[in-house]
Amino acid sequence: MYVAVKGGEKAIDNAHRLLAETRRGDTGVAELSVDQIREQLKLAVDRVMTEGSVYDPELAALAIKQARGDLIEAIFLVRAYRTTLPRFGTSKPVETGKMRLERRISATFKDVPGGQVLGPTFDYTHRLIDFALAAEGEPPRAEAREDFSEETLAAPHVLDLLAEEGLVERPERDDEAVPGDITRHPSEFPMDRATRLQSLARGDESYLLALGYSTQRGYAKSHPFAGEIRLGRVSVEYVPEELGFPVEIGEIELTECNMINQFAGSKKVAPQFTRGYGVAMGHGERKAMAMSLVDRSLRAVELGEEVKAPAQDQEFVLEHCDNVQATGFVEHLKLPHYVDFQSELGLVRRMRQEVESNLAEAAE
Amino acid sequence: MQEEQNYNFAYLDEQTKRMIRRALLKALAVPGYQVPFAGREMPMPYGWGTGGIQVTAAILEPEDTLKVIDQGADDTTNAVSIRKFFQKVAGVETTEKTEEASIIQTRHRIPERDLEEGQIMVYQVPIPEPLRFLEPRETETRKMHALEEYGLMHVKLYEDIARHGHIATTYAYPVKVADRYIMDPSPIPKFDNPKLDNSPALQLFGAGREKRIYALPPYTPVKSLDFEDHPFETQTWDEPCALCGATDSYLDEVIMDDKGTRMFVCSDTDYCTTRREAGHVGPDAQAVGEAAE
Repeated sequence: MYVAVKGGEKAIDNAHRLLAETRRGDTGVAELSVDQIREQLKLAVDRVMTEGSVYDPELAALAIKQARGDLIEAIFLVRAYRTTLPRFGTSKPVETGKMRLERRISATFKDVPGGQVLGPTFDYTHRLIDFALAAEGEPPRAEAREDFSEETLAAPHVLDLLAEEGLVERPERDDEAVPGDITRHPSEFPMDRATRLQSLARGDESYLLALGYSTQRGYAKSHPFAGEIRLGRVSVEYVPEELGFPVEIGEIELTECNMINQFAGSKKVAPQFTRGYGVAMGHGERKAMAMSLVDRSLRAVELGEEVKAPAQDQEFVLEHCDNVQATGFVEHLKLPHYVDFQSELGLVRRMRQEVESNLAEAAE
Repeated sequence: MQEEQNYNFAYLDEQTKRMIRRALLKALAVPGYQVPFAGREMPMPYGWGTGGIQVTAAILEPEDTLKVIDQGADDTTNAVSIRKFFQKVAGVETTEKTEEASIIQTRHRIPERDLEEGQIMVYQVPIPEPLRFLEPRETETRKMHALEEYGLMHVKLYEDIARHGHIATTYAYPVKVADRYIMDPSPIPKFDNPKLDNSPALQLFGAGREKRIYALPPYTPVKSLDFEDHPFETQTWDEPCALCGATDSYLDEVIMDDKGTRMFVCSDTDYCTTRREAGHVGPDAQAVGEAAE
């Protein structure tokens, strides 16, 4: 009995072996390949890249396989790998205005220069289980747009058009600024917007979804409109010190959301729309949209709004948005706590004894 | 294995170690003050001791002998896992003997055996801020520490006495360090608090998720908070350790069957084993020996 309470090395080894076996499942069923995960579970791969903070579909797919489909576990694997990678520099800001678009919609204008492009979306599907998918078979090919070309697939940001008129705020742009790095500096509050966005970008999708949702239901109402959501590929440029000019080092897929929110203004300053910003690696619309709502609500102080809802509270939102931290601390309750529990047990017993003897005395 | 050759000695790269060592030096210069540090993501989950592991990794040298305990025991699963990690990534000697260890990483206990000069204790800390449950905002608690504004803590302890007749904190019992900072001693039982005071060992505290490091240089005065009419006291047991008969150690309660039979044994397994090897016998040693076989 006593021996069984304290675990051992052997137990851990055996548990790991069992885990590996359970991961594989029925060996009569073909093993899932990393390629299959990357190609057919793309949205899971994209989420793992975003919240794992590394753009590497291959690695994310492998992590999903290793984690048996538990995405937070996969994100954790990717993060623990990422932390060991050397950092040789910072890329130039990516130009999302020059994105080669796969999808681009605006909810604020019926038509916009460059057009509305639906792209691969669940939006107008009927959510009926497609039993045909259970049987194997190739889907019909999607027709390419007739006017498909590099030019038509690039379009300016919708919000830039409004910014020309001064109707919407223009984000400050500073190409020389050295961005903060939440993985290299402990968080400090109040946190500037760039650093907040970094935290939100790797923040848990479901958590941001719930917080963003709360702002729509009256907890920090910000009257949002989806100004633009775009999905596509952007070039990443880097300036090697020895060269002194930018070199394109690759291309990544991003989802970006610019939310338009209610105006701020005063007697002296003309009112203009404000905005919230969200971005995710790969195809992550829900994440980018939720993030833009939360980004906007976190700007409360800057915009002179009263801070009274959870989604406006920097410390509350940002200190709890990291799912690797959250899952670690919640799940650590599984670890033995018998020393602390013992001391509580002793205290409760003593307090009960005191109450009982008081009652007995009173009865006499 | 090839996999391990890709990692630096003790896992962390030298730049990271240097950053942690700087934080440690600052922490030693201001005992009890929580120094923010750029905690890294480790291959263990947050809550599993990533702060302690980073501190150990930053101070570990090839000639060190490492002991890892959890709940006072060397053979609890997480202690085994952390010890294995350092065997793998640093190849250092490990031990279960308190006196042989140059570094002792711990969760929730301080060994019963007196520590010595030259030894280093590394504590795993979940919530480094002693004021956190009174004030959830870091911006506020940092201000309170800076201004030495600890009234809230005393009010909390006073309310305990008013409600329960005594202070109802039994572990992570707050201490005042060198008459300045209030510090969380990590969730050790208050039984261990007196061992913090004036210890010849160097004591380092690492909180990975919260990214804080703090420290007690050797021979630092550490006082458990109390009131004149309600002095600090530690837990006591009515019976000795069932295995080694010790009456001066922290005992874990082990439930033996479903009829309410209980047994109390030393939580510090090394202390218990050493005593038994020296011939000390507790009241139930015989029965347990048989059950284990």
